[in-house]
Amino acid sequence: MKRSWYASPYALWMLLFAVVPLLFVCWYAFTTPDGTFTLSNFQEFVKPRYMGVILRSLKLALYCTVLCLVIGYPTAYFLAGRGFNHAQSLVVLILLPMWMNLLLRTYAMMTLLDDNGVLNAALEALGLGKIHVIGTEGAVLMGLVYNYLPFMVLPIYTVLKKMDYSVIEAAEDLGCNPLRVITRVVIPMSVPGIVSGITMVFMPAVTSFAISTLLSNGKIRLAGDLIDYIFNQSSNPTRWNIGSSFSLIMLVLILISIGFLRKVDPDNEGGGMW
Amino acid sequence: MKKLAIVLLVALLAALPTVCLAEADKPFAGTEIKVYNWEDYIDREVLSIFEEETGCHVNYVTFSQNEDMYTKLSTGAESYDVIIPSEYMIERLIKEGLVEELDLNNIPNLDNVVDNLRDPIYDPGNAHSVPYMWGTLGIVYNTEMVSEPVTSWTAMLEKHDGKIFMMDSMRDTLAIGLIMNGYSVNSDSEDELEAARAWLLNQKDSGVVDGYILDQAKDMMAGNEAAMAVMYSGDALYAIEKNDKLAYVIPDEGSNIWVDGMCVPTSCQNKAAAECFINFMCRPDIAQMNMDYIYYSSPIKQVVENLSEDELASTALNPTDDMVARCEYYIDISSFDNAWLYDDVWMDVLM
Repeated sequence: MKRSWYASPYALWMLLFAVVPLLFVCWYAFTTPDGTFTLSNFQEFVKPRYMGVILRSLKLALYCTVLCLVIGYPTAYFLAGRGFNHAQSLVVLILLPMWMNLLLRTYAMMTLLDDNGVLNAALEALGLGKIHVIGTEGAVLMGLVYNYLPFMVLPIYTVLKKMDYSVIEAAEDLGCNPLRVITRVVIPMSVPGIVSGITMVFMPAVTSFAISTLLSNGKIRLAGDLIDYIFNQSSNPTRWNIGSSFSLIMLVLILISIGFLRKVDPDNEGGGMW
Repeated sequence: MKKLAIVLLVALLAALPTVCLAEADKPFAGTEIKVYNWEDYIDREVLSIFEEETGCHVNYVTFSQNEDMYTKLSTGAESYDVIIPSEYMIERLIKEGLVEELDLNNIPNLDNVVDNLRDPIYDPGNAHSVPYMWGTLGIVYNTEMVSEPVTSWTAMLEKHDGKIFMMDSMRDTLAIGLIMNGYSVNSDSEDELEAARAWLLNQKDSGVVDGYILDQAKDMMAGNEAAMAVMYSGDALYAIEKNDKLAYVIPDEGSNIWVDGMCVPTSCQNKAAAECFINFMCRPDIAQMNMDYIYYSSPIKQVVENLSEDELASTALNPTDDMVARCEYYIDISSFDNAWLYDDVWMDVLM
């Protein structure tokens, strides 16, 4: 048996549950309910309220990615540090929340951030007065960061862990101060991990749904919520067609951003999926 | 310990044949029905009783909006044996041939249903549906956070000492916009729907609304976390039972009155058992259990006659004739010229 045959279960799986559905999406996106070719489904997209939702999704996903990078990079750097013996158990701790369902985690966030929740109880106990979080974009952003942070930490950690430590020693020997070691040696060498992390955070963040609805009491909806609404609740007879065209547009947006990131990491050293 | 185990085992073995025999006697032993109902809308104990009495296993699943239910049903991806949508949705399902005609000989308990809910406009002769519960749409408010007694929907336009929640439901939210402009909740006029859009967007943009939610609202009101929320009467009563500072009002301008009915969709696999289930739900003791659990108004005569004085005085459970008179039933708008506008307005509010 040829070795390539071993991949056939996966190939069949992908064909049935990814390729074929995608073809359906394309078919619906370019047709009317009675099956004639049209581009009008895509015209819907430029309506201000839809553009507003998409821009809001892009904005929040961007903020989320930046925050994850700012929080995640130092964490990964610390974990990958030499002579640090507990790294493995800490990595497990970072992974631990991901063993729980995303919705459960988000419900937990609701309880934590609520006006009468744990966070505000703690602030009050410290005499710091309450803050209003749930229902704001800040709450949605916190939910996104909380859910996707591990996807940033892990690829960077992996790359930093594999890095040859003698390179850093060499830089130090040649007179680099600690800051320059980080900016000129560590960060450039970890670019593949950063790229992989950005991809793995930005993609799910920009298409996320439910998190935003739950943490904003239904006031802030993102592109994922929009597509969900169009498919599931809209009474518009062309809902599958419009929903499909929106799904395709999101797909193209993601492909463009991945293509852009591949330019930065052409050899795909970050171990990303692409 | 070992002894005990042996005794238990013997007892179990002795009981086994009788259990099996009893199972076989039950009319629907070994069969299954799939019931598709609103979230939080039944006393689950009732399902166990049904299973015990008939031997029919109940696979119970829930939806949170009529429109969700319709999508699931109309795509035909899944089959259900009993569904419990609202009257306007029943009207639509009948029109589109998605529900079966009921064999009323199998549902003798239909006679227990109060006269004014028999033979409804949306389903003449109860040919396709049997009422399960009915109720109204109104405002629940916290009398400590809202100083003046609420009588009007305009209270939803003012800031109060606490949060204000609208509903995550197209028909119910648009109804408020239409009523506040003096129009029917079943309008098919572009101008009227545009006026409703303007009212709802004005309310949204003014920042008084803290969210568009459904099932969370009752717990937030009960927990003093919000000042005011649009709610169905049963959810309102649930919250009031938990927090006596709350009050329910059907605003003066009018509101919506609704009935949810039990139907058998055409995808049904076990129609006889489904009708048996509908009949079972109309039994006075079962209807009483459900009403006590979910706080909605039961249409079963014996239950209505049994209402306590407190219950009779409750606006949520037993609205006065005046209140009922200013409420309007929804009708199916799906075939209206301007049906798309309902969706369009709702998207503007939601997104």
